[in-house]
Amino acid sequence: MAEITFRQALQRGLREALDADPDVFLMGEDIGKYDGAYAVTQGLLDKYGADRIRDTPISEAAFVGAGVGAAVAGLRPVVELMSMSFSLVAADQIVNMAAKIRYMSGGQVKVPMVLRAPTGGGVQLAATHSQSFENWFASTPGLKVVTPSTPYDALGMLRSAIEDDNPVIFAENALLYGTRGEVPDDEYRVPIGVADVKRAGTDITLIGWAHGIVTLLDAAEKLSETGVSAEVVDLRTLRPLDMDTVVASVQRTGRALVLDENWRTAGLGAELAAEIGYRCSDIMDGPVARVGGADVPSPYSRPLEQLAIPQTQWVIDEIEKTYGL
Amino acid sequence: MYLIRQFEEVCGEMYTRGQIRGFLHLYIGEEAIAVGAISQLQPHDYIVTHYRDHGHALARGVDPNRTMAELFGRIGGLSKGKGGSMHLFDAEKGVMGGHAIVGGQFPLAAGLALSHQYRKTDGICLVFFGDGSTNQGTYHEVMNLAAVWKLPMLFFLENNLYGMGSRFDRVRAGGEDFYPGAATYGIEHAVVVDGMDVLAVQEATRVAVDSIRAGEGPAFIEAKTFRFQGHSMADPVKYRDSGETAAWQARDPIVTFPRDLLAQELFSEGQLDDIRASVDAEVAAAVKFAEDSPFPPDEELFTDIYA
Repeated sequence: MAEITFRQALQRGLREALDADPDVFLMGEDIGKYDGAYAVTQGLLDKYGADRIRDTPISEAAFVGAGVGAAVAGLRPVVELMSMSFSLVAADQIVNMAAKIRYMSGGQVKVPMVLRAPTGGGVQLAATHSQSFENWFASTPGLKVVTPSTPYDALGMLRSAIEDDNPVIFAENALLYGTRGEVPDDEYRVPIGVADVKRAGTDITLIGWAHGIVTLLDAAEKLSETGVSAEVVDLRTLRPLDMDTVVASVQRTGRALVLDENWRTAGLGAELAAEIGYRCSDIMDGPVARVGGADVPSPYSRPLEQLAIPQTQWVIDEIEKTYGL
Repeated sequence: MYLIRQFEEVCGEMYTRGQIRGFLHLYIGEEAIAVGAISQLQPHDYIVTHYRDHGHALARGVDPNRTMAELFGRIGGLSKGKGGSMHLFDAEKGVMGGHAIVGGQFPLAAGLALSHQYRKTDGICLVFFGDGSTNQGTYHEVMNLAAVWKLPMLFFLENNLYGMGSRFDRVRAGGEDFYPGAATYGIEHAVVVDGMDVLAVQEATRVAVDSIRAGEGPAFIEAKTFRFQGHSMADPVKYRDSGETAAWQARDPIVTFPRDLLAQELFSEGQLDDIRASVDAEVAAAVKFAEDSPFPPDEELFTDIYA
């Protein structure tokens, strides 16, 4: 057992896969000679060579789609987007090609590809570089979408994602890269599609994912000081969604708050709130409480940006407002 | 070629009868390209194409029965009726789709070509596309990617002069020839060929494929051609005059190629009639197969989404 960063966990997963399977290779913008914009792929070019650590032109549609083609041919590409915001340039290849080619071929082909991308805001990159489209991709049949929040989950889910025979969107909130956590030495897996209770509690269930879990754990700690016992459920995977774990928790606590760091309107938070209400309203003490990001393009200026991103206090205030806790 | 023509004629008839629905884009007039080009491939090569894809599938030897059943939306179809006319797949034969987002097929083709390079085989990927797709970003992105990585990829432009209703010169200022542009990406092997001449297409493809297999990187062929009918069955063809169509129809490969064979006394009229009769029966049998195949059961809705 060692304490490592989220970034180190990802790099370990990539190295293991490159060592174990000659069909695994990496593609992306400046992942090789530059060592990766977020340094996740640092040093890999020297060890594995340019055939397996492939620097691409700035052509997201071309290299994401090429990843699909290589995967259809039976290779296992791990493609990196420098930012999830750039996924829009490749959206046709993700939504129309990666997600649909198996169905449209009647199951003749499969797409064992991982598409990694840093997501999220909070570091003043302004409106086009502070987005997380995992919400959007999570509504697309044919894709899997994972959003780990800890180094343990990042490594365990990367192992599962690379071994998965389907296209997996691997969303890495950039604020998490430097966070640390215990990671065992053994080759454990974290299965895709299974949520995790990150903190046990009895009075209310707080549901979120990725960086939102940092906020929710902070809120739970503060709530405990006022005698409120909050359970934190980390979805970890947005598609397929593990509603059973969420519902089981809400049925124990009788209260729920959903945190979605993305735009509040029409996002996954809305889907979760609707489904929790549908399945649990008869035993709940009130409506599902919701906290979401402001419905604005992410601003550059620090004070404005912080107004757009859900903060711990928003969670505490929303619980007070909804349930009087 | 005659198989494709007859298959397409019958498809048009089945569309008007309501047996085939959705969009139906016929390959009538362009047959010499699929037949000439695909004749030069090996079994381990890949083909990626666009939504006017019946001809490519049939030229590759894909079963006409299962192709027709796919168009009918039946369980006996290539994709169990889930893909339809625009999305024909036969993975065993390396036919990796019909793709219906214009230009969406280029990146996929690059990846398939990359797989051959990565595994150090001599396989290639042949990607067909129309003149309309050359105004999509993926065309330019993938030409560059293929050139810089020296991918074993053959870009095959079926230039039928019209992207749906827009003649190329209404949407392009770069002139009537596309193949010279390949050199600007570093694709040196770029040629133009008469797309109505099956033997010329075959020879141009042979030379290009040899170059690719020799490790020279991607190649580009532009074939000048014409679709005799509308863009799809829904197209009343108001945007071009009948004289233009008639001029191309005078060069119909289904007429001219047999005429040449007769003139050179390579085939007799009786032999050609026998071939036509056999093909007509094959297509009729395909319709029968499709009619007899049931629609997919309800459970099929939720299968084949994930592996």
